[in-house]
Amino acid sequence: MKRATYFNCLAALSIGLLSNAVLAGDAIGPTVKQAINYNAIGMFVVFVLLTLGITYWAANRTKTTADFYTAGGGITGAQNGLAIAGDYMSAATLLGLTAMMYTQGVDAYIYMIAFFVGWPMILFLMAERLRNLGRFTFADITSYRLNQGKVRTMAAISSLVVVCFYLVAQMVGAGQLIKLLFGLDYGIALVIVGALMMVYVTFGGMVATTWVQIIKAGMLLFGGTLVMVLAMSQFGFSFEELTTRAIGVHKLGVKLLNPGNLLADPVTAISLGLGLMFGLAGLPHILMRFFTVTNAKEARKSVLYASGIVAYFFNVVALLGLCAVVIVGQNPNFFEEGQIGGKIIGGGNMVAMHLAKAVGGDMLLGFLSAVAFATILAVVSGLALAGASAISHDLYSRVIKQGTASEISELRVSRFATIGLGIIAVVLGLLFEKMNVAFMVALAFGVAASANFPVLIMSMYWKGLTTRGAIAGGYLGLFSAVTLVVLSKSVWVSVLGYAEPIFPYTQPALFSMPLAFLAIILVSKLDRSIAAELERAAFADQFVRAQTGVGAATAAAH
Amino acid sequence: MSSDAYERIRKNPKFNELVARRGRFVWWLTGIIFVVFYGFVMAVAFAPDLVATRPFAGSNLTVGILAGLFQFIVFWFLALLYVRRANGEFDDLNKEIVSAAWGDR
Repeated sequence: MKRATYFNCLAALSIGLLSNAVLAGDAIGPTVKQAINYNAIGMFVVFVLLTLGITYWAANRTKTTADFYTAGGGITGAQNGLAIAGDYMSAATLLGLTAMMYTQGVDAYIYMIAFFVGWPMILFLMAERLRNLGRFTFADITSYRLNQGKVRTMAAISSLVVVCFYLVAQMVGAGQLIKLLFGLDYGIALVIVGALMMVYVTFGGMVATTWVQIIKAGMLLFGGTLVMVLAMSQFGFSFEELTTRAIGVHKLGVKLLNPGNLLADPVTAISLGLGLMFGLAGLPHILMRFFTVTNAKEARKSVLYASGIVAYFFNVVALLGLCAVVIVGQNPNFFEEGQIGGKIIGGGNMVAMHLAKAVGGDMLLGFLSAVAFATILAVVSGLALAGASAISHDLYSRVIKQGTASEISELRVSRFATIGLGIIAVVLGLLFEKMNVAFMVALAFGVAASANFPVLIMSMYWKGLTTRGAIAGGYLGLFSAVTLVVLSKSVWVSVLGYAEPIFPYTQPALFSMPLAFLAIILVSKLDRSIAAELERAAFADQFVRAQTGVGAATAAAH
Repeated sequence: MSSDAYERIRKNPKFNELVARRGRFVWWLTGIIFVVFYGFVMAVAFAPDLVATRPFAGSNLTVGILAGLFQFIVFWFLALLYVRRANGEFDDLNKEIVSAAWGDR
């Protein structure tokens, strides 16, 4: 019986993780409301007041569209690196990965490498070209020499699909987490998150969003490190002592330190690796951050900082998970009815929080809870801004008004878009409260890797790309990624209730991404139109700009 | 930006040198990461016993943990290598190319 529940919970965890739940926070299933946590609420109120102050300051500096979308392009590499890390590491990076290390051991460490490895790749292949060619959105790059209307419309649609699903997944995770950590109602939690997000983005634009992300990254690093140091001190800072004791008490025994069976199937493993690596390179809110720095030099630096922070934090989290095996796993206070090895109070994702309480008492627990809340806010703000810019910059200004829209009207549209996205996120979050939202993250990453990434990378590297090729590949990638996710376990079985999934893997990228590339290449090659000739010819100038930065959008003069 | 400037840059042999040098460097680095990372994933999938080996007597460290830590450190170090060279050597060359394009008008 005990064994059966263990495997159930294991299966649930691995499904969530395979669909990248760690990044989204949706590994957090329905939770039980806890007693109101005043420490946590107090510290969170301090964070909110601080960030609202920054938003007030930022609002005075957000006058043009460049201020709104890219903070005037004046963010430094170090600031942007912290903000990127803050954008990327969600609450579930801390909670989900600690929990996974706690139950799975070293398997979790392998996942962390997969989450990390996309960063150097982005640096080598994309960072400077993004900065040199783009201005506000990644569609600036894909539509650089192609048909503005068609290519931007497609980029905006796939960006909005990614943003909306990722946003809703974050909201559902946020509601559950806040209910658990703060003892607030799910609905109230959602409204607070949605309202604060709207205030930050609508008034403060990219300046406020950047600083919320920077502060949050700092809090996350500080909180995680503090818990890690306090926990490691119980083992005399000795890895041998820690692992020997962990092996001694963990169900897996010595296997705790051996990679187990999660990646046993090579197709799943490669699909996961590809989905994470290239999904990252197609996430609009991450790509957008590259336009906030002064030049390609700072863009490169920001990835270096971001990847260093992410790598460091993953190793901290790995240690947290191992420490929790001994400290939390052997303390009856953290188990329902005091039964060690039974159900953890509040669910598996609470391991990191219990560890904080065990080593630092209620104050540290409160601080880490506030960090988790701040983390959610930072991630949803970045998403809302990316979604709003797809609507106001790509759709309204470039497609509908064809570049004739005034700054003031474009800004107004972007603010309404932010409010609209906020309301949609809260309403959908309420509707999906009881639902398993793992599919939304799989969808967001799948679409990012299969629709955004192929068109983006080909527009940077391949002279032969034409509008027809980009449109065919982009829409095919979008369509096939969505279809495969619907046919996979996370929708077909978990949502629609069928017994067996038609598509056996959770991450569609391995199949939908090559399909998109194939369509791009075939259709572009077969395109004999006059427009296509001009588009191919325009690559030469684009190439010079991509390489040298001549003609790149420069930082707005303040 | 005027197409003339782009044309002048394209004709500058130093531009081709920049593109070739940076391109080669990028493909090497990307190749290393691809081979090491997917090689590791394949090792985990096909040779779990190898990854579970404990190379040091009396220590709990497994090949899997060491390989993971190695990747975090080395991949970041490769990123550092790239940024240093791109922001130094390549950017200097780039500046030369750009000013030459404006200079001989």
